[in-house]
Amino acid sequence: MIVVGGGLAGLRAAIEASPFVDTAVISRVHPLRSHTKAAQGGINAALGNAEAGRDDTPEKHSFDTVKGSDFLADQDAAELMTRMAPECIFEFEHWGCAFSRTDDGKIAQRPFGGAGFPRTCYGADRTGLYLLQTVYEQTMKRNVKQYQEYFVTSLIVDKRSCKGVIALNIKTGELVPIVGKATILATGGVAWMYGVSTNAMINTGNGITIAYRAGVPLKDMEFIQFHPTGLYPSGLLITEGARGEGGYLVNNKGERFMERYAPKAMELAPRDIVSRSIQKEIDEGRGFENAYVHLDLRHLGREKIMTRLPGIRELCLLFAGLDPIEKPIPIRPAAHYTMGGIDCNLDCATALKGLYAAGECSCISVHGANRLGGNSLLDCVVFGKVAGEKAAKFAKSLPNDTDEKVIESQLAREQKRIEAFRKGNGREDPAALRDEMRSLLVEKVGMFRSGPELEEALKKIRALRDKFTHLRTLDVDTVFNLDLIRAFEVEAMLELAEIITASALARKESRGAHVRVDFPQRDDERFLKHTLAYYTPKGPKLDFSEVKITKYKPEARKY
Amino acid sequence: MKNWKGGVTLTVLRYDPRKSKEPYYQTFEAKATKDTTVLDALFQVLETQDYSLAFRYSCRSAVCGSCAMFINGWYRLACSTLISEIGRDIIVQPLPHMPVIKDLVVDLSTFFEKYEVIKPYVVPTKPSPEKEWIQSPKERSRINDSTDCIMCAACYSSCPSAWTGKKYLGPAALLQAYRFAADSRDGILHDRLEVLSSEEGVWRCHTIFNCTEACPKSLNPARFIESLKRTTTKQTLKARIPFLR
Repeated sequence: MIVVGGGLAGLRAAIEASPFVDTAVISRVHPLRSHTKAAQGGINAALGNAEAGRDDTPEKHSFDTVKGSDFLADQDAAELMTRMAPECIFEFEHWGCAFSRTDDGKIAQRPFGGAGFPRTCYGADRTGLYLLQTVYEQTMKRNVKQYQEYFVTSLIVDKRSCKGVIALNIKTGELVPIVGKATILATGGVAWMYGVSTNAMINTGNGITIAYRAGVPLKDMEFIQFHPTGLYPSGLLITEGARGEGGYLVNNKGERFMERYAPKAMELAPRDIVSRSIQKEIDEGRGFENAYVHLDLRHLGREKIMTRLPGIRELCLLFAGLDPIEKPIPIRPAAHYTMGGIDCNLDCATALKGLYAAGECSCISVHGANRLGGNSLLDCVVFGKVAGEKAAKFAKSLPNDTDEKVIESQLAREQKRIEAFRKGNGREDPAALRDEMRSLLVEKVGMFRSGPELEEALKKIRALRDKFTHLRTLDVDTVFNLDLIRAFEVEAMLELAEIITASALARKESRGAHVRVDFPQRDDERFLKHTLAYYTPKGPKLDFSEVKITKYKPEARKY
Repeated sequence: MKNWKGGVTLTVLRYDPRKSKEPYYQTFEAKATKDTTVLDALFQVLETQDYSLAFRYSCRSAVCGSCAMFINGWYRLACSTLISEIGRDIIVQPLPHMPVIKDLVVDLSTFFEKYEVIKPYVVPTKPSPEKEWIQSPKERSRINDSTDCIMCAACYSSCPSAWTGKKYLGPAALLQAYRFAADSRDGILHDRLEVLSSEEGVWRCHTIFNCTEACPKSLNPARFIESLKRTTTKQTLKARIPFLR
């Protein structure tokens, strides 16, 4: 069995599968370099460890998740995730994960946005680092085979089922087939596509596009979360935990402006609401240098900042040259998370037999139109486990029936694709196309969208895709050829940009992270539906599917 | 400082073992503002001047550990090194004393193998509780900092004992060894100390403190190694001298 992606979801899946089937993890970077490591604030589970959280339950976690999603989450999926959350967190704790502790020695929990209780388990502000270390250590303990620094270019598909992947060994330039009876994609999100982003530069969505090109629909791709507090100007993540610990958002008049937008929840309203509020303050002239507002932690005091938010202090010192103990932090919203992704069911299975997806690249959907902070690591941990179990079972049920000819022909096809890239004799530069796309998405497909602007963006993206077919000659070296990798990335990102924009254009309502200024209301009658985008050679074909509603009827979302 | 900008020179130590016997320096021009990092400048070179340049990168926020390099004579993460702080003439070399794959990309396989040797996972000897293990804040504080290593290999590359003793576990692996030995949930201290007190373990550390100076996360591997030395000594004495038991 194959897992593509060495982050939290992928490694968790590998741990689950490895006792039952021969499992290999393929990753474009060493797994310990995965973007999970940059997650800071924490992971949600209704443990009730904090004093103010004693009455918390998985049901309440489930409701908060659904309400946070603006009712687009599938409620059976949210229920499953929140029900499995405590056991999955304890599993990590038993494996040795370095959580912070309460005075009585339990896993410490802090308040997070959109949550009724302090529910977010944390290890200082390095929760992602600790979780990733733990899963990586456990895969080592189990001797899971690893292909490090292999870049997957496509799936091997035979008779409508997935038989593995074709991957480029970055260190040698060799293109190899890696055959498996089941394949799990756990390749992360796409938010690096936006010019202002909290994400790692490897988050380019290649895993999502390989599923798409193999015929699997992508769901709800128009929902891109902007994190309220990206450090200005780089966009680096300043955790929601900073507000969870009591940080204030302040405009140039010295006002805690969240009072105007979410009088009850204030800074701890869900991310879509806080991000929009910050942007409004900036747009209406109440920001600093017309570009950012302040996140003020000074009143928390040195002690709390040093123990609960040491990583944030380090980031500010390194990248902004300021100490948050003494000065407020300049922040603005930055693209952060992909709510949508590869369409899959509660078993993480996709429409292509043998192909599974888990983590940020997948869309089950637990996050709907807006994800709550602390739910993404949870998504990885829970559905990584589910995917590993289900995919291993599926793989065990199959006989060995590898068709060498199919593999040969698909390997040859990918080889040709690389040759075509390399032999380009046009004038277009992949990095220049990428930069143009990244600014375009921020400007026209960002937090506030409109029909005409989306139309314009779509036209421009199609023009960029056309330009991509006239690439300049790429570097020909075999070893660590970043120029070739870049071409693969840009091809994928342009394809995804078209899907995101087309999906955003079709959704004529405002819901969660997707706001249409020309359709400012949520429209449950027409759009309480998932968007599905199917591959066609001419561009995405859109369709819709039902949202699963079990307990909670859609209601107005007030915080 | 606020309006710091302008041209900088970036001199990179290039090397491709398949193509040339010797490494060589190549100088590029780049543009910088006060927020430009060395990693940004490397991207300027890669994407506008020399498409063949090789280096590792990912998070650009000093946490993934990909881009540890030797910049202006010191071990740094390229992504968190602001050009405005180190000057307009920048020399970038791969991590010293590591086999070079290409340009700034070094082979870390030995580094990661040594990490595996120290059994980097908690091994409880009691059955797991239904919920979490109770670990007091005081017990948790024993592993503080040792949990925060990003495995960038800067310390390993800086350690003279690791340069000459090819089998020496090195500061990163030993820091990890401390992290698990000191965890209240772990139950195999005795086995751990056996590995750590072997010839290639803690005693190969000569307390030079390069690791501590080199760490871009301001961790102190030497302190953890010293702590392991003390624990090892105590255990050995206890085993050999009956009245200490």
